[in-house]
Amino acid sequence: MIERYSFHERICHWTTAAAYLYCLATGLAFYTPHLFWLAVILGGGPTSRQWHPLLGVVFVAAVIWMHALWSKDVAIGPSDKEWLAKSEAYVTNDDAHVPPQERFNGGQKVFYWAMFWGALALFCSGALMWFPEYVPAGLRWIRPVAILVHECAALVTIGAFIVHIYMGVFVVPGSTEAMVGGRVTKRWAMTHHKLWYDRILRANK
Amino acid sequence: MSNGVLQIKAMSGHAGTVPGANTSRDYEVAKLIDVTTCIGCKACEVACLEWNGYPFRETQFDNTYQTMPDLAWNYYNLIRFDEHTTPEGTFQWLMRKDGCLHCAEPGCMMACPADGAIVQYANGIVDFNQENCIGCQYCVTGCPFNIPKFNAETKKVHKCTLCSDRVGAGLEPACVKACPTGCLHFGSKEDMLDLAEKRVDQLKEHTAHKNAGVYNPAGVGGTHVMYVLHDATNPEAYGGLPKDPKIPLLVRIWKGPLKWLGNFAMAGGVVAAFAHFMKFGPKKEHGGEEHADD
Repeated sequence: MIERYSFHERICHWTTAAAYLYCLATGLAFYTPHLFWLAVILGGGPTSRQWHPLLGVVFVAAVIWMHALWSKDVAIGPSDKEWLAKSEAYVTNDDAHVPPQERFNGGQKVFYWAMFWGALALFCSGALMWFPEYVPAGLRWIRPVAILVHECAALVTIGAFIVHIYMGVFVVPGSTEAMVGGRVTKRWAMTHHKLWYDRILRANK
Repeated sequence: MSNGVLQIKAMSGHAGTVPGANTSRDYEVAKLIDVTTCIGCKACEVACLEWNGYPFRETQFDNTYQTMPDLAWNYYNLIRFDEHTTPEGTFQWLMRKDGCLHCAEPGCMMACPADGAIVQYANGIVDFNQENCIGCQYCVTGCPFNIPKFNAETKKVHKCTLCSDRVGAGLEPACVKACPTGCLHFGSKEDMLDLAEKRVDQLKEHTAHKNAGVYNPAGVGGTHVMYVLHDATNPEAYGGLPKDPKIPLLVRIWKGPLKWLGNFAMAGGVVAAFAHFMKFGPKKEHGGEEHADD
């Protein structure tokens, strides 16, 4: 077994995940009346409304923390362009035709940047929605714009989130265990992140 | 709401007419504000505070006779003063009682996400239920008239109730009761429209206000608080009354197509993931020795 995620990285990941899940559940409650019951089981509408922006700040702070840890690992490089060109082979599990990948593959990096920019858009629009009384009267049109940006950004992150959970829990066995326990088998590393595995081997020699 | 079940018919030992006499009790109610006969005495402002049990706020002097620059969470009713010069060069002092217009198609209600925080009664009154309000202030964004006001302490939004509690008991709103000039009228929507049109005809016939008209904007489906204006072609002169108010387009997109598109996309994403798993299943590990899982 080799270490894939340090304890620090795992704490950061699960902080982000917990804050995101809370914002997702309460946000969906405000999004459509058919899901308002989510706010009810989470302590009621006013409680959910009060905590949603606070946990949103925790989420954005955790994303910035994550960025400090992973900014090098998530930079788009040549192996990612190859991966994106061959993404159809990856999606159809034709893994023999998927180019070897770094610590994160091209798809994971696309997910990361969708979440990163989504979080920033959610933060900026969310701040306007949190303190609307500071929006000058002449700029009132900004308020519906902020709401629209907030919902569109949320929908982008929800799309990315669905894929993320599906991949991590169902498609790539061993991923969830890696994010909890921190370790993966050599074979797992070789299969999914060959370039990263080779680099680790060289570093350990 | 009520058709006036508790409307007083007669009263013992009472001089004059009984309270609420001669107010029409048809289903849809309306308040008519005849701006042309308002003297700006602010009796309606005081009556509103008294009925709703709010203390008088500190006034704010801004070189006009207006009590304060804007409505507040505990100040539902404000006479807006405007010094206006007509195109003919005549000076006019415009006084308009500002407050919720109780739209037939309320933007606040469309924008509100909280179950039961805003209700529209069958009689046309749009009322905020503070116990269900979550304090998101989406209603402020949805309102084309900038009426709802947020109480930062309790995190609840408030606005004029058209005295739904009084109307439910067969009485007229407190402001209407207090008005000394009779510029405020209350009754069925039909009667109030009729009265408004008669007043407009009168103004056109007997005064120089040839552009007099009724303010009952169609963009929000008509309102249950209407105005008679000296110049209906320029409502903006009356403290910024919008000429053609509509629920903001972005709010309608947000609550209409975007909602459906988003719901469809989220459900579709989950279904697509399940379908993908049925067709392709999990990835298999390869490379290295078969038993190298150390």
